[in-house]
Amino acid sequence: MKPLSLIVRTGCNLFAWFMLVFGVNVVVHGYASPGGGFQGGAIVATFIAFLLVSYGGEKIHSWVNEKIYDLILEETGLLLFITLAFMGLPTSFFYNFFTIPWEAYQQTGRLFPQGTTAIMSIAVGIEVAGALSMVILSMFKGIRLVSDRQIEEEPGHDR
Amino acid sequence: MNWTDHLPALLLAVPLLGAFVTPLVSLGGKMLRNTLLVVTTFVTLVIAFLLWKDVLVSGTAVYVMGEKVFNLTMPSGMKLPVRIILEADAFSAFMALCGAIASFAGALFSLNYMEGFSGMKRYVSLYCLLTVGMLGMTITGDLFNFFVFIEIASIASFGLIAFWRDKAEAVEASFKYTLVSQVASMVLLLAFGALYGKYNALNIAAIGSLLKFGFMEKIVLVFIVASLACKCGAFPMHMWLPDSYAEAPSGVSCLLVAVSQASLYGLVRVCFSLYGVTMGASFIPWVVILLGLASMFFGVTMAVVQHDIKRLMGYHSVSQVGYMLLGFGVGMLVLSDAKGMADYGFAAIQGGVFHMFNYTMYKALLFLAAGSLYYTTGKRDLNDMGGLARKMPYTTFMFVIAAAAIAGLPPFNGFVSKLLIYESSFAVHPSLAAIALISSVLTLASFVKVFQTAFLGPEQNAFLSVREVPSGMLAGMGVLTVVILAVSLFPSITMSYFVEPASKALVDQAGYIGAIMGGGM
Repeated sequence: MKPLSLIVRTGCNLFAWFMLVFGVNVVVHGYASPGGGFQGGAIVATFIAFLLVSYGGEKIHSWVNEKIYDLILEETGLLLFITLAFMGLPTSFFYNFFTIPWEAYQQTGRLFPQGTTAIMSIAVGIEVAGALSMVILSMFKGIRLVSDRQIEEEPGHDR
Repeated sequence: MNWTDHLPALLLAVPLLGAFVTPLVSLGGKMLRNTLLVVTTFVTLVIAFLLWKDVLVSGTAVYVMGEKVFNLTMPSGMKLPVRIILEADAFSAFMALCGAIASFAGALFSLNYMEGFSGMKRYVSLYCLLTVGMLGMTITGDLFNFFVFIEIASIASFGLIAFWRDKAEAVEASFKYTLVSQVASMVLLLAFGALYGKYNALNIAAIGSLLKFGFMEKIVLVFIVASLACKCGAFPMHMWLPDSYAEAPSGVSCLLVAVSQASLYGLVRVCFSLYGVTMGASFIPWVVILLGLASMFFGVTMAVVQHDIKRLMGYHSVSQVGYMLLGFGVGMLVLSDAKGMADYGFAAIQGGVFHMFNYTMYKALLFLAAGSLYYTTGKRDLNDMGGLARKMPYTTFMFVIAAAAIAGLPPFNGFVSKLLIYESSFAVHPSLAAIALISSVLTLASFVKVFQTAFLGPEQNAFLSVREVPSGMLAGMGVLTVVILAVSLFPSITMSYFVEPASKALVDQAGYIGAIMGGGM
């Protein structure tokens, strides 16, 4: 994959960041508005797709540290999610343990973020952003593997 | 509140937690990661055992995710249950226990078997996820969640079958499985969607209480039976099974056996607990019986000609699934007929249920034994093996037990369940039992062939340096051997404490529905 023209790259420089912010916005408001963790996370992951298309693969691979997606983002999301689920346990698994009572809604007329649901939505967003970015990067690596005709041999088979 | 109330949720939560923390724990090195795999699967096994014990003592366990009271299935003012509900009756708990044993054995076996390979953190993670999917399928009380768990299990198994990505056959097997299993899943989703569209409910008990058997329900039933029969590898849809079982690492093949049984569990659960007596007409039961006969006969005839030890066992899986389908089909046939049920129908269902357990145990053991042969010799072709009994005495011993059990030799457990199926299918028509017997004889023949070519005969020069497999692999096989021997040596205890409650729970549609729709508290 070769870098695209200067116009595209400049456009990407401008809009990729807005895409990121928009994705985070969708994630954070996911508990009570259209979208949510998965959709927002997918938008965040388009950031890497933007860069990949406009700047080309070689450059991206020198910029990106895959551990950030693979380990940090995915693990944070997954562990946050399951920890929240476990924290409801004395009552029941997945119990929404710091929900705001219905009376507060009646008094103020405002819909508050509903406890663990909102945080879980964010956890899903983080996880999906990391995982989909990894998918894009791995698929791109896969193309290069096929074109270079180099398939890694597993050491375990030669005994 | 008693912590044992949370067992159904913990059964899924523990392996899920294991899958999620694997990448983090893997940073701490190989030892820590292996410990995590064994501890996770062992804790899951303990939870499955406690759940099974709990269900036997205090009846069907119901768990509502995220509710204020864990068993409040129908909050006041609700006509239908809406939350994610887990429902473990004796049959579900039985299947969960069976799957957890296979998962633990496969995990122990994988420790040494997968030592030399890279990417083990993904292996451990996917292995735990596959366990979650399999266990989830067995204890969910909700059709859509059944679909979700079947997808979790499928996606994890796509990755695990293609784990040796440098082997083209493994990638091909995984791709074939992906295509077939996704078609089946989509058909399943269509069927569940149709039920949701008509009854506004996804809970199995809720739909079961409302169901009127009309044209749409017939189509839905055909879709569900066809897609789940495909997932468990019944005859005309079996083509993915020998490939994927043969190409997956042996520890995974062992768990895939349990996953295919979970699909069969879904089929049986839908037929008995969702449709039950309303299924009435004999069409679907006969379809199931014919699927079973075709699977067992064609499966075994394809198996006897195989050279590749794992493919041979894969075809035997097709054949063995046929026995269970035959047993359950005979049970469905007389579901609305009290006399037939008492005479032979219940025995058929008991045979089917018991065979599910036996099959998982001995087939898992056979796959592990085949994996041991591959580990030591590096070969899967029977023609290249020979004289290994002297070199690998423990493996030989365990292989013989598993082979005798699958061939239905008395006193092993396969004999008991097969006998129940023969007797009861004989009452429907003698030819059913005859086909089952012929298949069993052919099974014996092909395992005599495997035993003779791989283990007996003179020592071969190529295998002079072959030694017994490492202790982790022996431990994995040992777990299954102990279970098989225990079940074989105490058949009456096993039948009355293990199989009979499960079969009763399966037939008892009103009990299954009542546990959810009866108010919950």
